[in-house]
Amino acid sequence: MNFGPIFLFLIAAGGVVFVALFLNRMLAPRKPNPEKLSTYECGEEAVGSPWIRFNTRFYVIALIFLVFDVEVLFLFPWAVNLKSLGMFAWIEMAVFIIILSVGLAYVWAKRDLEWIKPDSDEIQAALRQSSQTITDK
Amino acid sequence: MIISLNHYLVLSAFLFCIGVAGVLTRKNAIIIFASIELMLNAVNLSFIAFARHWGDAGGQIFVFFSLVVAAAEVAVGLAIIVVLFRHKETINIDDVNLMRW
Amino acid sequence: MNITYNLPAIGTQLVLGAGVILVLLADLLTGKKNRDVAYQTTLTVLVLAGIICVMKWGSAGAGFGGQVFGDGFASFFNLAFLAIAFLVVFNSPNYLKRNEIDHGEYYMLILIAVLGMTFMSSAGDLLIFFLGLETMSISLYVLAGFHKSRARSNESSLKYLLLGAFFTGFLLYGIALIYGQVGSTNLADITSYLAGSANPLGGYMGVGLALLLVGLLFKMAVVPFHFWSPDVYDGAPTPVTAFMSAAPKAAAFAAALRIFYDPAISLGLPWDKTLWIAAALTITLGNFAALAQSSIKRMLAYSSITHAGYLMIGLAAGNELGASGMLYYLFTYGFMNVGAFTIAWLVNRRGEGNYLLSDFAQLGSRNPVMALLMSIFMLSLTGIPPLAGFFGKLYVFSAGVKAGLIWLVVIAVLNSVVSVFYYLRVMVIMYMREEEGLKDLEKAPTVAITAILCGLVILLLGLFPGPLLDLARESVLSLL
Repeated sequence: MNFGPIFLFLIAAGGVVFVALFLNRMLAPRKPNPEKLSTYECGEEAVGSPWIRFNTRFYVIALIFLVFDVEVLFLFPWAVNLKSLGMFAWIEMAVFIIILSVGLAYVWAKRDLEWIKPDSDEIQAALRQSSQTITDK
Repeated sequence: MIISLNHYLVLSAFLFCIGVAGVLTRKNAIIIFASIELMLNAVNLSFIAFARHWGDAGGQIFVFFSLVVAAAEVAVGLAIIVVLFRHKETINIDDVNLMRW
Repeated sequence: MNITYNLPAIGTQLVLGAGVILVLLADLLTGKKNRDVAYQTTLTVLVLAGIICVMKWGSAGAGFGGQVFGDGFASFFNLAFLAIAFLVVFNSPNYLKRNEIDHGEYYMLILIAVLGMTFMSSAGDLLIFFLGLETMSISLYVLAGFHKSRARSNESSLKYLLLGAFFTGFLLYGIALIYGQVGSTNLADITSYLAGSANPLGGYMGVGLALLLVGLLFKMAVVPFHFWSPDVYDGAPTPVTAFMSAAPKAAAFAAALRIFYDPAISLGLPWDKTLWIAAALTITLGNFAALAQSSIKRMLAYSSITHAGYLMIGLAAGNELGASGMLYYLFTYGFMNVGAFTIAWLVNRRGEGNYLLSDFAQLGSRNPVMALLMSIFMLSLTGIPPLAGFFGKLYVFSAGVKAGLIWLVVIAVLNSVVSVFYYLRVMVIMYMREEEGLKDLEKAPTVAITAILCGLVILLLGLFPGPLLDLARESVLSLL
């Protein structure tokens, strides 16, 4: 294959972006004030720094998604070739999916699909506290 | 210009070396991990190129499995890094030094 | 498309795989109360897999179009992995409860690791080998960090993971290059390519084989790829260390024999010269580092590096005696190490992360049976006849002499003499050193049974080495 035109296209595309940004800089009036320099959050006042640590629960959820997402990869070539592969391949894939479901059941039973883990100590303490206050009232 | 097998292999070797350099020079455990992923994916590129060269599906199948292995490794790796972070409040590998040979 | 699947070829693996699911579900259903069900299921699965392995010994043949082999070689190693795993699991509950990490996942992960190892030993294709290796490694990464609340365990796990994944990259690159040269990842195709080629290392092949070897040497913890192992062994929970120092090492050697042990290959490659240097360095470095340790766990870690070096002599020799000697050595070495580590954690009295040789003080009078067993393990690791460790070394060394590696064997023998010092130091401490305020050992019947079993096996295989060696020789013949 000849990739020359694609290379030219890439250069042209880069050039367009550069020219657009450069012209904008040259032509636009610049009268900054504090209101203009603040972060635009759909009209809301921005509160605090965006550079905070993410909750580690994001990682756990993302990891669970990632693993199942990638495992499903095997389904595509299998589905395309199912007719020629025959019964044994069907059973193999059934076993594979059962193993995946057991994994999902495990995650579910360990309550890792819920955002707040009900069995973590702090949550339990907080729950006890709040039910205490309710009964006190 | 014709893109031949060697072009892919050279690109793959370059990517692999970038990954190795990343592992050897960076201090952040997650960046190191990303560099390792880069190494694995560079190898995958080689596999695909060779599979195309030989007209054989074996290399592509290998890529499937190596992707899944990489995903499992990432899942375990990030979990370990999260646990480490809960202990040390850092993921700089220079601070992981309780044991020294 | 007609592929003979031949399920009996992977009978052991099927049992283990089903066992993993079973243990996971059993623990989910009963785990709230205790771990007994998971524990008993795991032991049952290991025994069942062992029975299948013995029943189908070497007769199952190739399965899945030559992707896996149920030959004698695979059976031999599978039995070794299962035996080691059984002994480790058998005495684990005590340790897990003592350290408050009594989770059902422990048993599942051990089973998964064993499953990976069995695929490594029976692989007929680099793909299966790679998958087995990763299945084993990933579960070991988790097991090393199983003690979540201890920083040392986290550290051990992170180091193992980062370095392991790094070297996986090299190993995979090696496989890719071999595939690029041969056009197949099947071991039989690769062997016939190497045998039929005028310049076997030409093209991508030389680099590919070298990178593949680097990946394997890392798993064996051979110098210069050993640096991870003392730290990882030190930080991991001790039963896991016992498991890691015995089984994965055997699995890596099994895979190396599978891939590289063939006269056609070993004749054409600069095999012995490469491994010569690695073996000599490994033995010497491991030995002298072990001399300097005050922690029994680190001492055993360095000693396991040394033993990997001794095993390398068998690999470098590349002859039948060397290979069968390695099989014998690996089988018996597992029992010595599991026994020694098990007694080490029972004796330890300062808590995890503080294993000292001085914990063994007065063990001779406090608990004569344990002291005797520990002495057996130490003497066997040194290689004193008539214990099993002696014959392992003897076979491997004589294979080295036969292959003309005289100087390497001389270095190894001299190092064995040095190793007497640190192994016997444990015995000296047990029988000679007086110390104040020592408590009695915790009563732990499973630990005692494990140690006694290990001791008996070492004694019996040392007194009657013939049958096991014959079995090892037969197994090696099935490789060709």
